Amino acid sequence: MATQGTLTLDAGGRIVAAGDWTLASAAALGRRVDEIKRRGGKGAVDASGISRLDTAGAEFLLDLAGDAREGITGLDDARRALIEAVAKAQSSATAKPPPRTPGIVLLVARTGRAVETIWDDAVALVGFIGLMLATLVRVLPNPRRWRVTSLFFHIEQTGLDAVPIVALLSFLVGAVVAFLGATVLRDFGASVFTVELVGYSFLREFGVLLTAILIAGRSGSAFTAQLGSMKSREEIDAIRTLGMDPVEVLVLPRALALLLSMPLLTFIAMIAGIFGGALVCIFSLDISPGMFLQRFHDTAQARHFWVGMSKAPLFAFLIAAIGCLEGFKVSGSAESVGEHTTSSVVQSIFVVIMIDALAAIFFMKLDL
Amino acid sequence: MSERETIIEVRGLRNQFGAQVVHENLDLDVYKGEILGVVGGSGSGKSVLLRSIIGLNRPAAGSVKLFGREVTELSDAERSALEQRCGVLFQNGALFSSLTVAENVMVPLREHHDLPLALMQRLAALKIALAGLPADAGAKYPSQLSGGMIKRAALARSLALDPDVLFLDEPTAGLDPIGAAAFDALILTLRESLGLTVFLITHDLDTLYTICDRVAVLADKRVLIADSLDKVERFDEPWVREYFQGPRGRAAEHAAAVSGERSAVSGKSAPMP
Repeated sequence: MATQGTLTLDAGGRIVAAGDWTLASAAALGRRVDEIKRRGGKGAVDASGISRLDTAGAEFLLDLAGDAREGITGLDDARRALIEAVAKAQSSATAKPPPRTPGIVLLVARTGRAVETIWDDAVALVGFIGLMLATLVRVLPNPRRWRVTSLFFHIEQTGLDAVPIVALLSFLVGAVVAFLGATVLRDFGASVFTVELVGYSFLREFGVLLTAILIAGRSGSAFTAQLGSMKSREEIDAIRTLGMDPVEVLVLPRALALLLSMPLLTFIAMIAGIFGGALVCIFSLDISPGMFLQRFHDTAQARHFWVGMSKAPLFAFLIAAIGCLEGFKVSGSAESVGEHTTSSVVQSIFVVIMIDALAAIFFMKLDL
Repeated sequence: MSERETIIEVRGLRNQFGAQVVHENLDLDVYKGEILGVVGGSGSGKSVLLRSIIGLNRPAAGSVKLFGREVTELSDAERSALEQRCGVLFQNGALFSSLTVAENVMVPLREHHDLPLALMQRLAALKIALAGLPADAGAKYPSQLSGGMIKRAALARSLALDPDVLFLDEPTAGLDPIGAAAFDALILTLRESLGLTVFLITHDLDTLYTICDRVAVLADKRVLIADSLDKVERFDEPWVREYFQGPRGRAAEHAAAVSGERSAVSGKSAPMP
């Protein structure tokens, strides 16, 4: 039943519109209107042949008629009302397009904004860490204000619940490191050094680094999402108006929980990684379990363990601080929660790896 | 009134979520060109009814006919064609937050019609103006708009394809009285100029009294009565009595009577801020 809208200029110079003047034929009508207008047709329009009319069609009719919309003839009352409504809307719809900025200016502006954001984030993080420490000092001597329930809840969430994934991944990485080591060292007839390789790397670096990266992705992001959704639902403001301190109520339990669970998780990661390496040694290098233990006992030193372990609380604190701070930065929408959760994970992993690299140089210079 | 064309016909509708029955044997007709107000207590299934009619919710039993076609028995292409004749304004606007208002309005145009960009922009600007928004609102993102402007922007998007039926889910909820009254007036103007049929869910008694031609009361899992307001008001049922004869109902009726007299004097008026 749908017929294409048509527009013709008859011999007497009269513009005749017919058919369906609707969105469906808008593309063709738009071209015809421009054509007729170019040929000087403007003004009186005979619209009596139109079978259906919608706002798009009305827009074209008005375009043809120019300022003289009385020139459109052959309309019933309903269509006249439609034309009037569209004309009224058009008069207020004269939007001027925003001025275009050249691409190079946008590039420079964006770079500048990014640099400024990095600086602002760094300043905010240092400020927030200071705030956390100050609050901690204020709360510590006052056992009544320790949030023990919350603390244990978060230890369960960030520590206990993370054990399987941390152990499994460390085990796998341990096995991979042993394989790599074995392949290279075998050529020198030194495959027994695989034991040292696995031991050193997991005690000093991989145990704590793997744990920190996993926790940043798992718990740091959770902190941001939790605090962020509370912020967007004004729960944080509610906490403040009830005379409580959000840092004390929300941030400290999370930070302390991470501070306690991270060293434990790191220990589990070290054991699991070395176990993974040991299995590879036993099954593919002909090193017996007894020999592995003997070799490990002879070569591994407690200082390697302490070097690795000393980094765990530091990473834990930074991950918690970044996660909570990003949560507080959320504004309003759910979209913002997602944005800041991403930012929180990226920042914490970046900070963890950077600090780890600095620590490696530091401990090397100390001959540890 | 003489024989009227039925746009929406619901018969024996049954909706059920788990053990909870929301609708049971629900009948409802919506006629061409009218504004039907749907009222009911919280949880009486007003939004579920709307979702059943537009096909977002598959009913457990019963028939829903839209423009004479059974909604549940359509092929995908037919469904899409039918949906293009319906405009829906969701309760919170449901604007796409990553797009500007003008881009939001252009989404259905882009999807269903092959139009040059300049023409789409012209049509989008027109819809935005029809919805009573200032011209510069088109370039803004939903997060930059106030509650009332979001509703208007969402209305502009629902008008994008020039629908025959407009479904509004609590359009005035969360608006201040001035904004709500202006929105009511806007719906009335659009109905008159675009010849729309409007299915309107509302809690707003002022809206009922000022713009609705008929009112359907949803209670006891079905439509108790769907008729003109004065008949619904006199309907003898405790919930209906309490709804319309309560202090708010009486105040709204009084206000509508006063403004009705006023607009009768000043002629047709459509205040827009």
